[in-house]
Amino acid sequence: MSVRRVTGLETEFGISVPGDPGANPMLLSAQIVNAYASPAAGTMAAALRTRWDYEDEAPLRDARGFELDRARAHPSQLTDGRPGGRRSAPNASDVASAETDDPTMANVILTNGARLYVDHAHPEYSSPEVLTPRDAVRWDRAGERIVLEALRRVGATPGLAAVTIYKNNTDGKGASYGTHENYLMDRATPFSDVVRHLTPFFVSRQVFAGAGRVGIGQDSRTAGFQVSQRADFFEVEVGLETTMKRPIINTRDEPHATAEKYRRLHVIIGDATMCEVATLLKVGTTSLVLDAVEAGALEGGPAGDLLLAEPVRALHEISHDPTLTQLVRLRDGRKLTAVQLQWAYFEAASAFVADRTGADTDADTREVLERWESVLTRLERDPFLCARELDWVAKLRLLEGYRSRDGLSWDHARLQAVDLQWSDVRPEKGLYLKLAQRGQVEELVAEEDVRRAVDHPPEDTRAYFRGECLARYGPRVAAASWDSVIFDVAGRGALQRVPTLEPLRGTREHVGALLDRCRTAEELVAALTGA
Amino acid sequence: MTGHEQQRPTRREDEPDETPVVPAQAKAADTDADVDSLLDEIDEVLESNSEEFVRGFVQKGGE
Repeated sequence: MSVRRVTGLETEFGISVPGDPGANPMLLSAQIVNAYASPAAGTMAAALRTRWDYEDEAPLRDARGFELDRARAHPSQLTDGRPGGRRSAPNASDVASAETDDPTMANVILTNGARLYVDHAHPEYSSPEVLTPRDAVRWDRAGERIVLEALRRVGATPGLAAVTIYKNNTDGKGASYGTHENYLMDRATPFSDVVRHLTPFFVSRQVFAGAGRVGIGQDSRTAGFQVSQRADFFEVEVGLETTMKRPIINTRDEPHATAEKYRRLHVIIGDATMCEVATLLKVGTTSLVLDAVEAGALEGGPAGDLLLAEPVRALHEISHDPTLTQLVRLRDGRKLTAVQLQWAYFEAASAFVADRTGADTDADTREVLERWESVLTRLERDPFLCARELDWVAKLRLLEGYRSRDGLSWDHARLQAVDLQWSDVRPEKGLYLKLAQRGQVEELVAEEDVRRAVDHPPEDTRAYFRGECLARYGPRVAAASWDSVIFDVAGRGALQRVPTLEPLRGTREHVGALLDRCRTAEELVAALTGA
Repeated sequence: MTGHEQQRPTRREDEPDETPVVPAQAKAADTDADVDSLLDEIDEVLESNSEEFVRGFVQKGGE
């Protein structure tokens, strides 16, 4: 029993041009994506014209078991790039036209296995599939470096305005954009179990996973500080939408893998976190709780029956109380704090791990359990004891410093500026990055490992095959997606599509020797097709 | 996993519903030398016209 699970993190970044609030965010986002794909990227050049393969995407498939009629879907839900029906089999000319004519189609697949593209009005980095929470942190950090590099290139391009990029989730004026987690899970697990167990978990995990926010209410109409960036934007308990009436549990069921075997749990309720410990805990605890749900291990235990009377209200109330003393009501009449809810999940997960794997428990799982326990203990005593590990606490500490030094009230613009600049990805401007430079936050991933992850994929998932194919045979890769790589090779009339529907195949162990043996894409395709 | 037993939440079923809970106020941040020097450094990098900076940061919804 373990935190090890195929996981990916998506980050939509805030983007703006200082002094020009009217700048077109789609064009700015496209500039960022295209700048990273430009020949200046060296080995990246090959990725420029690699289009995304939408063949197996079905964003309207709902985990509850029905497919939404496309005519009834809001246009923003149509994320698969085929407004006018299913795309026919891909061909190379399709690629070029789509990407040059329409900035909203800007898309690049990276040698680290990630995807960088324009999602609505934001540049989005979708990390490669990783297997451990530490690797989730590592490739998440790599994403920050990638958009930073793109930002520098745009800034150095004559004629283009210098853009700024923020790893946050709201402009404080009513708009929110997402940071999504994706967890591969067992198809056999009833979705009703996921809803029942994960709702109280998601409502309460913000005590360590929240990024902190100045302003209360979607448009910040009330002055103050709250624990989460995203909480106020969630309005319903379960649903398919991500852009309106956001649900605590998102039902999008698009596994990007063998559908009979797997479900992809698409989690939209998280905040973008800069603190590595916060990201590790967000991913690690969720993965562990999912493991227990899949095994049916929560039933009858301390986290077996934590149904909240009003989950959405509880989510908001918990976020609005940085003292963490707010009680929320359960359906059975009990009233608990968010930290107490988390203790119940911790105890259940801890007992589950001890029971199933005991002394053989892997190091990643042990680390998550130890940090989870440690953080909950200190949050109960005094949240400021977690200022080196959690975004909302570190940010609040800074804000309180300003408030007491300069006597600022919560509606002062300087405090809102601190909130925004917390997540600026530029080391000379970003306040989290300033703290990190001063050694005031705990870092988990070595600088050289982050740097390597910018160009190299994880070795223990199919992202290895995707990233290495791009790195080795880039000019011959016509398209790719989470579950395919498509080659355009000499001597074959049609494009050659290699499905990668099993996320734990295509690892270095599985295909490393094969790739080393094949000097060209032609040789690889021949080897794969037995020709 | 040492010690978590002692940290178990104690305010559960046995607590009367309407008992006013005295908020254990999160204490104000330490205004020690470290925070002060950090704020001094942030003053240097914080956007000089914070009002304009905040007003100008307008995003469209995403996801």
